[in-house]
Parts: sequence; structure tokens; C-alpha cells
Amino acid sequence: MKIERKEVEHVAQLARLKFKEEQLEMFMHQMNNILEYFDKLQDLDTSGIEPTSHAVIMNNVFRNDAAEELFDKDLLLKNAPAKEKGCFKVPKVIE
Amino acid sequence: MELYSLTIHELHELLKKREVSSKEATESVLKRMESIDEKVNSYITVTHKLAMEQAKRADENIKQGKVNTLTGIPLAIKDILCIKGVRTTCGSRILENFIAPYDATVIKRLKEKGAVFIGRTNMDEFAMGSSTETSYFGTTRNPWNLDCVPGGSSGGSAAAVSADECIGALGTDTGGSIRQPAACCGMVGLKPTYGRVSRFGLVAFASSLDQIGPMTKDVKDTAILMNEICGYDHRDSTSVNVGVPDYTQVLGKEVKGMAAGIPREYFIEGMDKEVEQSVKEAIKVLEKLGMEIKEVSLPHTEYAVAGYYLIAPAEASSNLARYDGVKYGYRSNEGEGLLDMYKASRSKGFGTEVKRRIMLGTYALSAGYYDAYYKKASQVRTLIRNDFEKVFRECDVIVTPTTPTPAFKIGEKADDPLKMYLSDIFTIPANLAGIAGISIPCGFSSRGMPIGLQMLANSFQEEKLLKVSHAYEQHTKWYLKKPDLKT
Repeated sequence: MKIERKEVEHVAQLARLKFKEEQLEMFMHQMNNILEYFDKLQDLDTSGIEPTSHAVIMNNVFRNDAAEELFDKDLLLKNAPAKEKGCFKVPKVIE
Repeated sequence: MELYSLTIHELHELLKKREVSSKEATESVLKRMESIDEKVNSYITVTHKLAMEQAKRADENIKQGKVNTLTGIPLAIKDILCIKGVRTTCGSRILENFIAPYDATVIKRLKEKGAVFIGRTNMDEFAMGSSTETSYFGTTRNPWNLDCVPGGSSGGSAAAVSADECIGALGTDTGGSIRQPAACCGMVGLKPTYGRVSRFGLVAFASSLDQIGPMTKDVKDTAILMNEICGYDHRDSTSVNVGVPDYTQVLGKEVKGMAAGIPREYFIEGMDKEVEQSVKEAIKVLEKLGMEIKEVSLPHTEYAVAGYYLIAPAEASSNLARYDGVKYGYRSNEGEGLLDMYKASRSKGFGTEVKRRIMLGTYALSAGYYDAYYKKASQVRTLIRNDFEKVFRECDVIVTPTTPTPAFKIGEKADDPLKMYLSDIFTIPANLAGIAGISIPCGFSSRGMPIGLQMLANSFQEEKLLKVSHAYEQHTKWYLKKPDLKT
């Protein structure tokens, strides 16, 4: 499979990334090289094979629905690039 | 003998007998760092103050007769494991000023045992790389040849152990990030079974593959660290509740009668002749020690790299969505509004390799491609697991080279991502299958670069790895050779 320029732009949008013109070209070229290598997977017949998403057999793990004092709020907010009145502050969301 | 050159168990003996103090040992290691780290660049952050405080407390405990195997031992911690109140960067600009608000479970456990944390080791950005060249904080250099990479992503931990800039270290392994640098730097590195060690407080790269493990100067030290870091943790829902044995008990036991499988798919055309030679010599040693050698087949090996580089980036693209300039990390104020802020922060905060993997992963998961890529890769994962399961029915361990070549030159593969990805070809399958793997030194190339021997064992069979590795190590003594770093 080959990825087109328009798709690279679309994927960048989905991933919340932006690229300069020459970076976009480089990524498209490199992704196509890598995708070409991935094509070898298509040679392999996997019909009827169950996919594995985790190496260990997992069941859902529940814990008691009780509040635990885990983190110090001030300590967590210390890392925020912008904050106000104990909240994270972001640029305007709605025009 | 300088204190910094000791192993964990050697230093422990001296501390216990009170022949030296933790303060002296810690100062010795810090001094060693000061004199050579400018060349090697193993560390992103030196936690001088924390280390001296911990050493002081350890000495007080030792005086009262409270001595654990790790009390007062200076350890290096990969900069991806959270230590409360300490900068944790993941080798990325986006976390350049991130101060961890809590301790990872492994850190908490090591603290309880009285270990001393001397610094945060360098790594490929978010553990994505095989050379440390993608670190925002500059490449780590291989102590055996400063023009070569130390491997990656835990290259800082590997170089620090090999250059005696710490007594022992922790690394993490998603596709070989403990074993490959261990091989490149000539030391011991073990990736435990998935679920063996809690991942709580390990900054996530690919959650179904990541695992924390020891990186040490000899096999006994790895067993000692395993005793402390393993075990169930309710804060990691993938942590498995299986009892933790005393891993040091198997050391020195006979390996006679154990079966070692040699998979023909791991001796490929184009692999380095000296690596092949050293590994074949190592297999002869195992035979001499009384092990049964069997040729086996892992037929889906050739699909592992492609499968991995779909699954790992897919998981990474999802895990790294959290870096958006809101809660922590770098924020760019370029543009207007929230969406512009996300894009600018992420584009400036992440390096090229991380962005490449986010793009690949996002693409593989995007509408219309899921079945062809992610689902296909997950099926390949099943086939690879089945391959291993079959072989482990007749073998205790599988023996292979850790890497296809010794450490390569800095810059050699930096511009060719696919070439870089293929350097993980022998380590990736273990992560996909979730099984345990170790790399130990098994010789040197004619240019004096270390060569690594990989052994794999079925899930929760780390004791087998340690038993065979220890027998081989004690017979060959490769681990005694150290790089000649002029200070």
C-alpha cells in the first residue's frame, strides 16, 4: 500500500501534528518505505487466527469503588504550563 | 580497587561488614561520573542531593544492623521511571521540566530497601530507538568506543553500568531496549515476563509490550534486583499475581540435562560473522556444561519486525495523545485557540522519530486501514506466541544472538528508520510473545566491541535464564573485562 500526500496531511491532522513542507515530503517518503516493508505481512495467510492484543490472558480487574488519597493536587498542578484558581488554563475553545 | 567498580553483591558485603560506608561508595560513583560523563553522556540528570541524603540514611540503618541487599547501593534509573520530586524527562523536550508527582512502584520498592538513586540515565526519546540518538539531551556514547552507539533505548543505563558510573541500573524493554544495549555495552540485561514487574509510574510507550528490568555488571546482581522489583501490584491491572521466588537460589546449580533450543531463523544471511562465531562458541560451552542442544524452528520470526512496528506505534500514538500542553509538559503559545496550541506544542515538543511513530500508528489505526495493519499484526502476534509455545514444550531455554551486529557507528543508521528498526530483529519476538529474555556478554569482535548472547525462556521462567546465564558466565568470565576509559 502506498500513502498519498493528502493522506499524510489527514493523518497529521488526526495526530494533532503540523509539518513544514519539506518535513511532510520526508515523512511521506519514509512512511512509504516502511509500509512497503509491512506489505510482507500480506503474504501471510492469517485467516481464522485469533488476534492477540495482550501477551497475558487478561480478565477485567475491578477495585473497590472507594476514594483513595493518591496524589497531591498542588504537586500535580505544579507541572501545568498555565493554571488559575486550582484549574488548568487553556486558550479559548469556542469562537 | 575503586568502590565504583564493584558489583551490588560485592559492595553489599563491604557495607554489611562496615568496611566502607554508603557515603563513601556514593561519593566514589559521583566522582567517577564527574570525571568521565562528559565523554559518555550516560546521564540526563545527576541527583546528587537525593543520593547523599539516601546514603546518609542507609549508613544510619546499617549502624543499627538493618541491612538489606540493596541498602546503600548507588543505582542509576532510566529517565522514564517516575521518582517523586525529581525531573523525569523521557529524553524528550516535551517533558524537559516535568517533575514527577509520585514514585513508580519499582522506585517505591527500591526506596523501601534503602537503595541510593544517583541519577537519571539517558535514553531514546520516549524509548523509541535503538541507539539513544533520538534523545533531546544528546547521544550517549559507547564506553568501548566513543564513536559507536551504546544501543538503545536504555543506552544511558547500559553505558553507565559498563563505564562504572553506577553499581547497577534499571532499564525498560519494549522491543529489546534492555537486551540490545546490554549486548552493545558488554553487560547483563534482563527483560522479565510481561506482568512480572509493575508498570505503575513507568511512562507508557507501548503498554502491551513495555516491561522494566535490571541492567547489571553480572548475573548475580540481576537476580538480586529481580528479587526486589518483581511482584503483584494492584495499581497495574496487567500485573500478574504469581509468587516471586528468591532468584539467587538457582545460581550455581547444575545445568546438566537442561535443553537449549537453537532456532535456525536467528542465524540469517548477512549477519555479522564474528557475532555468529561467538554465539556458536557459546553454544559449545553450554553443551560442555552438560546441556542438550536442539535445533528448533520459529517459523514466523521474519514477520516479527513488521508486526512490532505496527503494534508499538499504534499503542504509542494513543499513549502519547496525553501530551497536549495542558496538564504538564511543553506548551507553545503559537497560533490562536486550543487546536493550534495542541498542534504547536506537540510539533515542537516531540522529536522526529517520535512524530514518525505517532504518524505510523495513527495511520495504522485510522478508518479503512485497521484490518490490513493493526488486526493483521495482532494475528501475527498470535502466530509468534504459538511458535514459542511449541518450542518451549521441548526446550528450557532458546539461545540466539542478541543483535545481528556489534554496536554500530553514531550516525550510521540515523537517517534510515527502517534500517534502524531491523537492528531489533532478534529481540522483538520476546516482547510480542510476552516471554522473558536476557542478554549476557559472550565475547568481543576483532575491533574490541562486545557481543551479546540472548537467552529466552517461557513466561515466569526467569529462574531458568538466570541459572544458565550464571553457569555460562562463571565458566567464561567475559564479564570481568572492562572498557578502557582514560580519565
